[in-house]
Amino acid sequence: MVKIKRYWIQITSLLLGNSYVKGFLEGTIYNGNLKKICFPGLNCYSCPGALGSCPIGSMQAIALDIKYKFSMYIAGILILIGTIVGRAVCGWICPFGFFQELLYKVPLKKIGIHKLFEKIKYIILFVTVFLLPALYISFDLGLDSPYFCKLICPAGTLEAGIPLAIAREDIRSTLGLLFGWKLAILIGVILLSMAAKRPFCRVLCPLGAIYSIFNKVSFYRMEVSSTKCIRCGKCKSTCPVDHTIYENPNGLECIRCGKCKKICTSSAVKSHFGNF
Amino acid sequence: MKKLRISLLIVSIALISYGIYSGEMQQVFHKAILICLECVGIG
Repeated sequence: MVKIKRYWIQITSLLLGNSYVKGFLEGTIYNGNLKKICFPGLNCYSCPGALGSCPIGSMQAIALDIKYKFSMYIAGILILIGTIVGRAVCGWICPFGFFQELLYKVPLKKIGIHKLFEKIKYIILFVTVFLLPALYISFDLGLDSPYFCKLICPAGTLEAGIPLAIAREDIRSTLGLLFGWKLAILIGVILLSMAAKRPFCRVLCPLGAIYSIFNKVSFYRMEVSSTKCIRCGKCKSTCPVDHTIYENPNGLECIRCGKCKKICTSSAVKSHFGNF
Repeated sequence: MKKLRISLLIVSIALISYGIYSGEMQQVFHKAILICLECVGIG
């Protein structure tokens, strides 16, 4: 039941967040007032269907603006969401996370991801979202690009680059080496997602890195009863990010999807909203 | 923990309010209504 419910929410989030159909047909993007608000998950604001802004793209854009240097507005939105639900956004709302979960259903030989790789996303967050814009502002080194969007983000390539290139000749004719690089990253993420659980979320996603920090303090909590838990490991094997919940119920990697609750035969895993 | 959570909520609302007041929200809007060439892969 949890599985069906969550998939419906993921599908609804994907469709609602990208429901500007006219954009796909005409190769344009939505320019209405909803773009002032950030979509909670990683969803490129240059996707022809996107109604909201991407928090990571917006944060970089504001950081590169000499007038602001740091986005209080986006930071506030991320702290608010993180404080309420932590990384549940990754498990329930994020379209790119959902995409990777679907890819993992492809029957291929499965591989694990070493825990050490999961730290890379914090480096990416620090370097691309904070350090490079700060260097640009402070020393004018010419580092004036949103580097995560430009060099890494496969969601941008999938949701914006490919649909816009298909729909518009002028965009198609300007694509070059950078697009090739980004396409290679996207293909790499797609192939890896068929073999490993949510590789992009666990290794590269700066948004997941931000939300993960709030797992420890968020109102929404995971709880494992030490008296009921028999450490059978079923929860880990069903977990979409290979998290061992009985070792660390509110650990950085938990995306609060609830699959562990569903699979637990001794009903040891619970989730609830803590005290307001 | 409860105090920390409440503090974070207050801080987040204060940051959002300040962001709206200082025109950041409008800046996000201006960025988001134009096709992001970096996101697309043009540069």
